[in-house]
Amino acid sequence: MLLQAIAFYLLAATTLVAGLAVISARNPVHSVLFLITTFFSAAGLFVLLGAEFLAMILVVVYVGAVAVLFLFVVMMLDVDFVALRQGFARYLPIGALIAGVLTIEMVIVATSVATHGAAAKSTGPAAPGAGVNNVEAIGRVLYTDYVYFFQIAGLVLLVAMIGAIVLTLKHRPGVKRQDIAAQVARTPASGMRVVSIKPGEGIGE
Amino acid sequence: MMVGLTHYLTVAAILFTIGVLGIFVNRKNIIVILMSIELILLAVNINLVAFSTFLHDVVGQVFALFVLTVAAAEAAVGLAILVTFFRVRGDIAVDDVSVMKG
Repeated sequence: MLLQAIAFYLLAATTLVAGLAVISARNPVHSVLFLITTFFSAAGLFVLLGAEFLAMILVVVYVGAVAVLFLFVVMMLDVDFVALRQGFARYLPIGALIAGVLTIEMVIVATSVATHGAAAKSTGPAAPGAGVNNVEAIGRVLYTDYVYFFQIAGLVLLVAMIGAIVLTLKHRPGVKRQDIAAQVARTPASGMRVVSIKPGEGIGE
Repeated sequence: MMVGLTHYLTVAAILFTIGVLGIFVNRKNIIVILMSIELILLAVNINLVAFSTFLHDVVGQVFALFVLTVAAAEAAVGLAILVTFFRVRGDIAVDDVSVMKG
């Protein structure tokens, strides 16, 4: 139990400090790297909660795909990031005030929910390895009761992929491209010309 | 020293407000705004997983999976729009997006 508490406080502190560093780092590349740190330690929190599958998905999807996508875009764009930071100090006081109020409110609500809500009677976190493991438990629910939602999630990803490709695809003028419709629509009449040549003259234009 | 539901909810609440604060203070830098949105969605996921574990109901984790899906799609489309915007304007300062009419 003590080891678990130490791990929790370590991971929680890492998550929050790295989260703060994401929004306050001067260089966006550092922001992305701190975002990766945040996701890793949040995955550790998920493991502590017994949600191993989601922890691994978080590492694979976020660190492997989303964070690398961010990194690509940040490094690809040639932007003066110092100019984008002006206004940081101006908005900080009001932002910090609102964030402080919001934190206090949410912590009060969370505490009362945790002590008086439905979870108050909980005997603690679900014991790991009680009959079925986490992946099996999720699979049993996801592929039966929530199979349509699962399909819709796949559709959302497909639409996002098509949308991203359509948005970033660029047709440069002057670059030769294959036009399959034009190739298929070609007939002998349009592709061929019969020229009668007199002997000894050749083809002159 | 028992780590209870309150602890996880507090971490999620603080992470959520960090995300909101990030949107506040980085008004111009849309890349950091997108990362703040990712932080907010991560805080939501921590909430869902914590409740799922403490209520012994795995459905919360299924919902967190869907939130993850939508967050990934949102990041992909958002960054694509950002790249297109950069090609048109040569800059990513989002406070003058309103000048792009049509």
